[in-house]
Amino acid sequence: MKRKILVVGETREGKIRSVSFEAISAGKTIAQGGEVIGVLAGSSISPLAVELIHFGADRVIIIEDKKLEQYTSDGYAQALTAVMEQEQPDGIVLGHTALGKDLSPRMAVKWDAGLVSDAISVKEENGEIVFTRPIYSGKAFEKVIVESKVILATIRPNNITPLEKNEQRSGAVTSIVVPIADLRTVIQEVVRKAAGGVDLAEAKVVVAGGRGVKSKEGFEPLQKLANILGGAVGASRGACDADYCDYSLQIGQTGKVITPDLYIACGISGAIQHLAGMSNSKVIVAINKDPEADIFKIADYGIVGDLFEVVPLLTEEFKKIKEKSV
Amino acid sequence: MNIFVLLKRTFDTEEKISIVNGRIEEAEAEFIINPYDEYAIEEAIKLRDKHNGEVTVLTVGSEESEKQLRTALAMGADQAVLIQIEDQLEETDQFTIAKIITDYLKDKKLDLILAGNVAIDGGSGQIGPRVAEGLGIPCVTAITNITVTNKDALITRDVEGDSELIRTFLPILATCQQGLNEPRYPSLPGIMKARKKPLTKLDLDDLGLEEDDVWPKTKTIEIFLPPQKTAGKILEGDLPYQATELVRLLRSEAKVI
Repeated sequence: MKRKILVVGETREGKIRSVSFEAISAGKTIAQGGEVIGVLAGSSISPLAVELIHFGADRVIIIEDKKLEQYTSDGYAQALTAVMEQEQPDGIVLGHTALGKDLSPRMAVKWDAGLVSDAISVKEENGEIVFTRPIYSGKAFEKVIVESKVILATIRPNNITPLEKNEQRSGAVTSIVVPIADLRTVIQEVVRKAAGGVDLAEAKVVVAGGRGVKSKEGFEPLQKLANILGGAVGASRGACDADYCDYSLQIGQTGKVITPDLYIACGISGAIQHLAGMSNSKVIVAINKDPEADIFKIADYGIVGDLFEVVPLLTEEFKKIKEKSV
Repeated sequence: MNIFVLLKRTFDTEEKISIVNGRIEEAEAEFIINPYDEYAIEEAIKLRDKHNGEVTVLTVGSEESEKQLRTALAMGADQAVLIQIEDQLEETDQFTIAKIITDYLKDKKLDLILAGNVAIDGGSGQIGPRVAEGLGIPCVTAITNITVTNKDALITRDVEGDSELIRTFLPILATCQQGLNEPRYPSLPGIMKARKKPLTKLDLDDLGLEEDDVWPKTKTIEIFLPPQKTAGKILEGDLPYQATELVRLLRSEAKVI
């Protein structure tokens, strides 16, 4: 069955987030040869529209409005509803990001639809669109189908392969004007805390610290290693509870569940609740003084040693390689 | 202030998961209040203590959820509502649960609904925003601070590590993120008092709902466990050598760098 699918594009610091390209790829699978329409809302976003097309969107609809410059639940709900009413799509795909998590359930109620949150794969099986998603923070998985007329899904960053970028692809970019009514929630201020500008959920490399990091300052060598790898820093519950770092960095069943290409666990023992948050990472490296630590049971590579010795050594090694390749 | 807290009974975070006959085995498991919902209960109690009013904890579930509701009452909530569905519904999804909660709340006088940001079992994070939309009230997700003055609410929201300061007006629904507060443990007098606090049990008939009204819109067709991760290579040699070797392996063997 051919379907018409909307994909909500997201921007961060003037660029389209990679999860949006992954969402186009998921949208293609759901569309089954139908149409994938990118939707971009914001202010001065039209130059970005063509990127969605290069990554596979058939066309793009943009909604330019000063009131949409920052994401608000109400503003985006109004904008997306207007697009929905115009296009009458068979589905919507969003990233499972702060925006997607906030907006998708509201759209599901508006369109009386089933919503699959946090999908890590989308496949067509015997005519059905089958989503796979983690439950119990990745301790198990479920396959889900949507039985409502409209299919809604959010996809987890880093799991679905985007289409190859192709600048030869072309498609129409149209804009619609949506009168954005008064917003019931108003953003007064945004405080940027995310270290190094790399989002933990989307980072390809995560360097995480546990109780073994011992202090706030103890995270500095980890941050240096993350910086050289273009990655983000995370933490275990132990480190957050001990106030070594902000709760927004916590990885685990309470906290963020992430699947980077490379996870480097430093001074983390590997409690079940932490493993739930990271054990589906592609490659896991464990650095711990205790050779009996549970983290070694799931690590692809382990170094038994003091993280304060090992982490700077790794940073130096990666630095050398970087310098060579320049 | 009339505050409702949406609560879910979940597996303890330290539980391992096993599957029997295609379903998650619950027989031996320990159950807790979903940790994110504990933040909601704590914040509700604090706000009530400051502004007066009443905290009602609400769950949709089975007879067994009474235990978690009693815990919430022991923490300091004033009353509890258990909407029991186990005899009437075989399959549920987020639509089902949100629809039941919305229908229960739609004629209640309320100022604030607090829920967890996400439940650690299902992990969808849909119920809060779905209920807000169903009730036609604003929703603020993943909050780490809230202050209320009359009908004004000033809220800090976690956005992937950054934070947003938001001004809005009650009534609203907010979902609670880590860092909002430190949930208290129930005190002994609290536990004694909780036994006498009102706990109302309802079913779908009481809400005037038929099975068809809440028929799920998604269907789980399979549950499976991830492939068992096995221990990999523990490197040997002095630490500088191990560091060099690890970087080499990550590049040439794992090919992630």
